[in-house]
Amino acid sequence: MEWLALGSIEEIPALGGRYVETPQGQIALLRNEKDEIFAVRNRCPHRGGPLSEGFVSGHTVFCPLHNWQIDLEKGEAMAPDHGCVKTFPVRIEDQQVWLGLEEEAP
Amino acid sequence: MNPVSVQPRKARLVVVGNGMAGIRAVEELLKMAPDLYEITIFGDEPHPNYNRILLTPVLAGEMALEETILNPLDWYAEHGITLHTGSRVAMIDRVKRRVVTEDGRVAPYDRLLLATGAAAAIAPIPGNDLPGVVSYRDMADVAALIRDSGLGGEAVVIGGGLLGLEVAHGLRARGMGVTVVHRRAWPLDKQLDARGGALLQRAMEARGVRFLLGKESAAVLGDTRVRGLRFTDGGEIPTDVLVMTIGIKPRIELAQAAGLQCETGILVNDTLQTYDPRIYAVGECVQHRGQTYGLVAPLFEQAKVAANHLAEYGRMRYQGSVTSTKLKVTGIELFSAGDFMGGDHCEEVTLLDGGQGVYKKVILRENRVVGGLLYGDTGIGPWLFQLMRDGTDVSAFRDTLVFGETHLGDSGHAGESQAARLADGAEICGCNGVSKGSIVKAIREQGLFTLEEVRKCTKASASCGSCTGLVEQLLASTLGGFYDSTPKKKALCGCTDLSHQEVRDAILEEKLLSVRQAFAYLDWRHPGGCATCRPAVNYYIRTAWPAEGVDDAQSRFINERAHANIQRDGTYSVVPRIYGGVTSPAELKRIAEVAERHHVPMVKFTGGQRLDLLGVKKEDLPRIWAELDMPSGHAYGKALRTVKSCVGTEFCRFGVQDSTRLAIELERGLERMWAPHKVKLAASGCPRNCAESTIKDFGVIGVDSGWELYVGGNGGMKVRAADLLCKVKTHEEVLEVAKAFLQMYREDAQYLERTAPWVERVGLDSIKAVVVNDLESRRQLAARMDFALSQEKDPWAEAISGRLDIHAAPLRRIPA
Ligand code: SRM
Ligand SMILES: Cc1cc2nc3c(=O)[nH]c(=O)nc-3n(C[C@H](O)[C@H](O)[C@H](O)COP(=O)(O)OP(=O)(O)OC[C@H]3O[C@@H](n4cnc5c(N)ncnc54)[C@H](O)[C@@H]3O)c2cc1C
Ligand code: SF4
Ligand code: FES
Repeated sequence: MEWLALGSIEEIPALGGRYVETPQGQIALLRNEKDEIFAVRNRCPHRGGPLSEGFVSGHTVFCPLHNWQIDLEKGEAMAPDHGCVKTFPVRIEDQQVWLGLEEEAP
Repeated sequence: MNPVSVQPRKARLVVVGNGMAGIRAVEELLKMAPDLYEITIFGDEPHPNYNRILLTPVLAGEMALEETILNPLDWYAEHGITLHTGSRVAMIDRVKRRVVTEDGRVAPYDRLLLATGAAAAIAPIPGNDLPGVVSYRDMADVAALIRDSGLGGEAVVIGGGLLGLEVAHGLRARGMGVTVVHRRAWPLDKQLDARGGALLQRAMEARGVRFLLGKESAAVLGDTRVRGLRFTDGGEIPTDVLVMTIGIKPRIELAQAAGLQCETGILVNDTLQTYDPRIYAVGECVQHRGQTYGLVAPLFEQAKVAANHLAEYGRMRYQGSVTSTKLKVTGIELFSAGDFMGGDHCEEVTLLDGGQGVYKKVILRENRVVGGLLYGDTGIGPWLFQLMRDGTDVSAFRDTLVFGETHLGDSGHAGESQAARLADGAEICGCNGVSKGSIVKAIREQGLFTLEEVRKCTKASASCGSCTGLVEQLLASTLGGFYDSTPKKKALCGCTDLSHQEVRDAILEEKLLSVRQAFAYLDWRHPGGCATCRPAVNYYIRTAWPAEGVDDAQSRFINERAHANIQRDGTYSVVPRIYGGVTSPAELKRIAEVAERHHVPMVKFTGGQRLDLLGVKKEDLPRIWAELDMPSGHAYGKALRTVKSCVGTEFCRFGVQDSTRLAIELERGLERMWAPHKVKLAASGCPRNCAESTIKDFGVIGVDSGWELYVGGNGGMKVRAADLLCKVKTHEEVLEVAKAFLQMYREDAQYLERTAPWVERVGLDSIKAVVVNDLESRRQLAARMDFALSQEKDPWAEAISGRLDIHAAPLRRIPA
């Protein structure tokens, strides 16, 4: 696992998100009211909507395209929808956000 | 001679069971033959007949016990009925034709009516008789539950059917922690498919009810009182109260002991007679053509037929019933009927709006409705149920089936209430089988004014109450302006119990200046809110406090946050403002160059006479905006969109007014206006109306003497022709009325309510009163609009200058 520094938590709007371009594609970083940060692939399991543009509340992000609700801890769409999105580990140290990326399988 | 008047002895009718079906049969009988029988009724509950259906509202604290009484003791006395409450019939002596009670009373009969109902089924597991194990059937159960819940603690409900969910809701409302244990994969599996079940589960969970699904109970734990429940998989859950709602068992012991044929229930024929023709039976205790029923609608039908025969009319036959169910958990709307799962040889029509929590599914077989389920919005339930029972061929309108009858071949009109458009024969109250025709007739002929009166007189909405809304609509449409309904409160979303209006009032009164402050002050259930409340509350704050209120970008829909319209592939479209649709060669050239330079995939004329650059990446937005050097067209917002114009007097040979200039003035005057929903205007230069002013939120048509102003038009999903608001002479007046009308809309309409439904809701007259007739209030409204507009800046210019961050670029680019 490689840990990458992304910058200050303040660069991610509270109750919203940003995304990072990585060799593994776009990853959304979402920040909730408790300043917890979640990282998931920036593609909604429904039709690929950019989750970084969604509303964040608690452990949920609401997709901006058709309002699917995704549980950010499990990376799963909430009922009645089905689907999942890959989650990535995040660490916060001194207000700095670190993203954990697995080495990509060759 | 003195003739001895021989009073012939009245025939004696004995009724066993003082419940809903038995008493309904007696009521029907009294209507047809008030003097035929001397009636004696035995009931083993200590109460007069009450509405069992309403036990849930009582448990939930929404209703008092006394309100459920259907027939007070006076009623029995008035009709000369002998009532024995708290008295159980122990035996029927068919030879001597008499019944004997446990406490030794004897009552002879000529006709006997059995209406013993059903008892709650109890799971055959060890410990099921421990104190604290309760069933959910009668007032005594509810009293016990209310007492137990007073201590707080945990409750477990076995069985996630209708009764299980209702009791869970009730106990939760009384402050207990509640877990529903259900053996199937989703609750209410007899009424819902997996998807509907999931929606329901989520809604119940949002109310704090927990679920354990796919669990089989093995034993009740505890020595002197229940303390937990063990499952067949070995798992256990602690609890203080255990409610069993796993089904009901018809009470047939009495009939069986008397030698009457019984299977699951007491067997009856189409005249509701048992194998002994002197003995009738109705209600949950009977089995008719292999079927038993656990809902009041079919039982009331049975009661009617049995009464008809007891009254010696002998005409009616009971042929079985098709039933539909509803759930009585406040705030959850659910309707289910027939085959709702579908399968082979069936087709499904579905509609799912996860955001609004609406799910509708209709099952068709050979173009006929055979079942359906509605979740979240059950308005079309009665109509659908009617189609199902009538076996109507729906091929002509199956594509609009899920929207209900109002959509039938008339995408052209909106507005009337749903009930007003139902056919006279349509059934409104399913429990009591009351049609629209008979309700309207009663309202007219008997001069009814209130819901209570309609209930008394027709029984409509008197049982489970879920058709109350439809009955109110009928009152409103039949009585017109006389009907005064105190509007029922609907919560803004699942994060609060407050209505839109209550939230708005609080924002004004308490001067709440940000979404976060509002959520905290108003005790929002989720501190982060949801996709429904965040944009609404942000809008209410900005409208109430245009200067001080914080505009929270994260509480705006993505389009309004990015100031461009997001597309299906995550790119955006850019619509610059072109006032009145009038451009110039220089402007067109600049747009063309920008589009070319950035390889914009498509340039398109929009339906609103503007130019759209489609398929732009978010990262490129600020540069494109800078190069265009034009203001935002707000084509993405709940905001002023376009003011469409026609050619007008400048060039058109028919034009009588300068509509192009007025359109530009209107668009400049209202630019950057946020609103509850999008707002579209148009100005036409003569009554030929080429700018389609009559389907706009605010439309203007030039006539010789000035301008006609129209409001509340809509050309979208439901076309509505605008209403004529007034006629004015000058451009200045047009602008002032437009501002006043739109400011009133901004301050009054609910978020996401367009002008068309809003005008219908508040009524044109109330708008005229403040916008047309009262010049001072018109001026004030327009002034408030001007003030609000003066606080808004052009977002694109803000973004270009760095004062507004739309986060166009990614946070980081991590190289490989
Ligand atoms: C661009 C345009 C189509 C076009 O290429 O011509 C358009 C595009 C969209 N319309 Fe529209 N509408 C466009 C003219 C219309 C018109 C005609 C008009 O304005 O003269 C109507 C009917 C008139 C009316 O509003 O009463 C119209 C009725 C709707 C509706 C239904 C509104 C309703 O009240 O029933 C929606 C859905 C909504 O707003 O919730 C909608 C929603 C949309 C959205 C914004 C859907 C969305 O949320 O993403 C579309 C964006 C497409 C995209 O990917 O960029 N669009 N839409 C038109 C832009 C007009 C403009 O210049 O601003
Ligand atoms: C909590 C709850 C909610 C419900 N909600 C709905 C709903 O929303 N919609 C719907 O359609 N239905 C609903 N029902 C079902 C509905 O209440 C019943 O279908 C209906 O009450 C049955 O009527 P009945 O007369 O057959 O039985 P009951 O109403 O049970 O009446 C039978 C009476 O006979 C008495 N009795 C039995 N044996 C004897 C005897 N030997 N001697 C003397 N008396 C005796 C019983 O004590 C009882 O009082 C609900 C039921 C419950 C418990
Ligand atoms: S009609 Fe409007 S909403 Fe529908 S596809 Fe066309 S642009 Fe999109
Ligand atoms: S793409 Fe996310 S909900 Fe449709």
